[in-house]
Amino acid sequence: MEKLLLILVVVLAIVGLAQLAKVYQITSELNKKREEDISPTSTKVNANLLLIFMIAFFAFFIWQTVEYWGVLLPEPASEHGVETDRLFNINWLILIPAFFLVNFLLFYFSWKYAYDAKRKALYLSHNNTLELIWTIIPSIVLVFIIVYGLITWNKIMGEPSEDAIAIELYSKQFDWTARYAGADDALGEASYTMITGPNPLGLITNEGIQEKLEELSLEIEQMEKMLVEEILPDSRVKEIKEKIGMRTRQRSKVLNYLESKRDFNTAKDDITVKGEMHIPLGKEVNFQIRSRDVIHSAYMPHFRAQMNAVPGMTTQFKFVPTITTAEMRTKLQDPEFNYILLCNKVCGSAHYNMQMAIVVDTEEDYQLWLAQQKTFVEAPVENAPGDTTVAQADSTLVASEAELIEEESKVAVK
Amino acid sequence: MGATSHAHTEEHAHHHHEESFVSKYVFSQDHKMISKQFLVTAILMALIAMMLSVFFRLQLAWPGESFGILNYFLGDRWAPDGVLDRSMYLSLVTIHGTIMVFFVLTGGLSGTFSNLLIPLQIGARDMASGFLNMLSYWFFFVSTIIMVASLFVESGAAGAGWTVYPPLSALPQAMPSSGLGMTLWLISMAIFVASSLLGSLNYIVTILNLRTKGMKMTRLPLTIWAFFVTAVLGVLSFPVLFAAVLLLIMDRSLGTSFYLSDIYIGGEALDPVGGSPVLYQHLFWFLGHPEVYIVLLPALGITSEIIATNSRKPIFGYRAMIGSLLAIGFLSFIVWGHHMFMSGMNPFLGSVFVFTTLLIAIPSAVKAFNYITTLWKGNLVLTPAMLFSIGLVSTFVTGGLTGIILADSALDINVHDTYFVVGHFHIVMGLSAIFGMFAGVYHWFPKMFGRMMNTKMGYLHFWLTIIGGYGVFFPMHFVGMAGAPRRYYQYTDYPMFEGLTDLNVLITYFAIMAAFAQGIFILNFFWSAYRGQKAVQNPWKSNTLEWTTPVEHMHGNWPGAIPEVHRWPYDYSKPGKELDYVPQNVPLEVGEEEH
Repeated sequence: MEKLLLILVVVLAIVGLAQLAKVYQITSELNKKREEDISPTSTKVNANLLLIFMIAFFAFFIWQTVEYWGVLLPEPASEHGVETDRLFNINWLILIPAFFLVNFLLFYFSWKYAYDAKRKALYLSHNNTLELIWTIIPSIVLVFIIVYGLITWNKIMGEPSEDAIAIELYSKQFDWTARYAGADDALGEASYTMITGPNPLGLITNEGIQEKLEELSLEIEQMEKMLVEEILPDSRVKEIKEKIGMRTRQRSKVLNYLESKRDFNTAKDDITVKGEMHIPLGKEVNFQIRSRDVIHSAYMPHFRAQMNAVPGMTTQFKFVPTITTAEMRTKLQDPEFNYILLCNKVCGSAHYNMQMAIVVDTEEDYQLWLAQQKTFVEAPVENAPGDTTVAQADSTLVASEAELIEEESKVAVK
Repeated sequence: MGATSHAHTEEHAHHHHEESFVSKYVFSQDHKMISKQFLVTAILMALIAMMLSVFFRLQLAWPGESFGILNYFLGDRWAPDGVLDRSMYLSLVTIHGTIMVFFVLTGGLSGTFSNLLIPLQIGARDMASGFLNMLSYWFFFVSTIIMVASLFVESGAAGAGWTVYPPLSALPQAMPSSGLGMTLWLISMAIFVASSLLGSLNYIVTILNLRTKGMKMTRLPLTIWAFFVTAVLGVLSFPVLFAAVLLLIMDRSLGTSFYLSDIYIGGEALDPVGGSPVLYQHLFWFLGHPEVYIVLLPALGITSEIIATNSRKPIFGYRAMIGSLLAIGFLSFIVWGHHMFMSGMNPFLGSVFVFTTLLIAIPSAVKAFNYITTLWKGNLVLTPAMLFSIGLVSTFVTGGLTGIILADSALDINVHDTYFVVGHFHIVMGLSAIFGMFAGVYHWFPKMFGRMMNTKMGYLHFWLTIIGGYGVFFPMHFVGMAGAPRRYYQYTDYPMFEGLTDLNVLITYFAIMAAFAQGIFILNFFWSAYRGQKAVQNPWKSNTLEWTTPVEHMHGNWPGAIPEVHRWPYDYSKPGKELDYVPQNVPLEVGEEEH
């Protein structure tokens, strides 16, 4: 009923408007009024509206700035953030006056020179001096903006210092894992071919290589057995053969690690955490950013930091945190406040909720916290509740086997 | 070649043989009919895309709330109990962007006005190849149908954002909408590129070869210059998109690894090794940035013409306007990397792109100041087209200034992919370019349909649109500076974004208002096309050649010989002349300086 009423209202509105237009059309024809003849009243009304609009627009801008100042990001919590914010403000100091000036000239002229039958427009085709002025002045301003911007950029993106702490940010749909180097101060190597349920980052250890090889061999063997022993539909046979191919190729990649005869020791003492990570105050942190599946982006707005996580390569971003979480909570008078790491590159349906809290500790607190964490060998990463992608996916094969057996038994019964 | 086709069409024009319905209205090779076909298709597509945007704005303002209208349109599959599904949210955002950028602002804007105005303003009987022109429209039509059809796919329309970055767009395991929906997106895009290339080639050839006697390049209206540069940009950049799309299709279906490497997804370590997702971004943005100007330049050209005509004053700095068009066109090819500062691209390369990008501000500033100087001491006839042109200059300046922030890589770190970006490019493309399109429709409607649009409704449409438009996109800069990322289904999981709720509600109210305002335009458009006041030959007292053709459309455009051109198109209010305009086909008097 409601829908019907709504449709009725819309239809009536359209009919009403059409009738109005018709009446207008007929009366204007009677008055011999042509659409292209803009009456002095129309000119005046629109000219005044242009001026009013300008004032309202400027007021809207100022109101928003005042009203929403509080929801903007708080002061930067990193060394380079202070510089980018300064750069930001200096840019605004140039751009906002330009915004007001140019918009003012535009709307003011539109109002002032609105049509008047008694006046004739000025025939002015060009003026080289004027044009030179507004080519050169923006050029000079832009040179300043470019040079200042690039100096800041190069400082931020320069090589990390020798004693920077390397922390890996590992992303997948839809969470983050942080990995610390552990006692040996080195992040162990990792590969997507080594990923298992208890090893979601695919860290490479000597034992891990053996286990993975065995696991893959067993899987391949099982699937080959299925092909020989069971009678399967063609599509299923093709699917299994493809899987065998994939697993075989994966196995040969893992085999390369074994044959390289290298000693993979560095990953053993690595520490991985989820949900919340800690970083020390005043130390340069060099984030090594990786992704397992699609592009994500590590966005840490309070630190003015961002870098994409790209599958197949490691990207990096470094900064020095300058305000501890506790200090920031006092400053903002918000005991709940947390720094945050967000995903800022669309990565799938739950993209909007792929976050991790970041805690900035004093050096002592940081060391204390780190000492409490278990290493990779002591306690492999537990999947957070809800993060069942790995386990689920690994079991798909088993599950579909079960389905098949069920189907077969049905056939047998018939 | 030019001469023979002239002779042919002239002969054609004299025959007046009756055409069948199909060859006149459907598979027409007449540029004026094709232009109308483009325009009507684009309006319908814009309506669809606008509706999608209202749907996701509802979710952004009132996350998780139930809306009957969502359930009505999207059904139980995508809006169970009236709550928008989160995968569908991404599909809506993606298809909204794709339709607006490609089908409305590229196909719609260039397709309509390049087709209508190029032959009429340069004094040609028709396009160089009417057949290719017809193909261009029908390829466009097919691609729009495929794109709209993808909305009805069970696994959802493409949802990886309008830029469809792989691996997300390459792997159905990553999101279901990267399955059939994405395949349709890619097919539609490939066909669209073909349409765009056919059109652009035709525009270039026509402008270079079919100008009437006396129509030197330095006497071309700025509209034609803008369409010319746009067409060149299209011809050079769209093939790269085609390549990008083709490689993505191969990665998806043929097992290649151009964009994929080291991926573990859905419990499988995938085979591809050695590809790079960043390669796709380079290819995409090599089109993507010129694309911004493919969208904007025609709007600027249209505005130049309308501002000069309605200011009753020559456009200020004609040569500087052409120079800045060429400069923007050239620079637009060497700035694509500014979309990729955070992509993992070498930061030094980023520096180069900062430099080239900020250079674009210089020709843009020249354009803005020249527009304003044209208004200065003019005698402004405030038609709806003129108001939209003034609106265009305002939004072009506002959007251009925030572009300077985004081009500065050090600042981009913190606003990249936030609502600041959404606000910026919507003010430039969603307002400036759209305003240019509206201005063009109001101005050349009498040429297209032989009737006038209703002026009063035009005013109402303009005022509601500029208020609604700024109301929607201006506050987005604040949302972005608060750190809110784009393409988020909801912000309720973050205490830091609580303060933005009422701003998001405000934006949605403005969006609904602006959407309703477009209803006025649609009504005015279709009403006037059939019932509007009959137009006179030159209603705006304009100088350009299209107003020397008869009101009723005819093949070959001019009943007799094509007029000869003797002067530039901007002789408005020339001293010593009785009227305040002197059409281009009026010979110079003895001793009269050209300008």
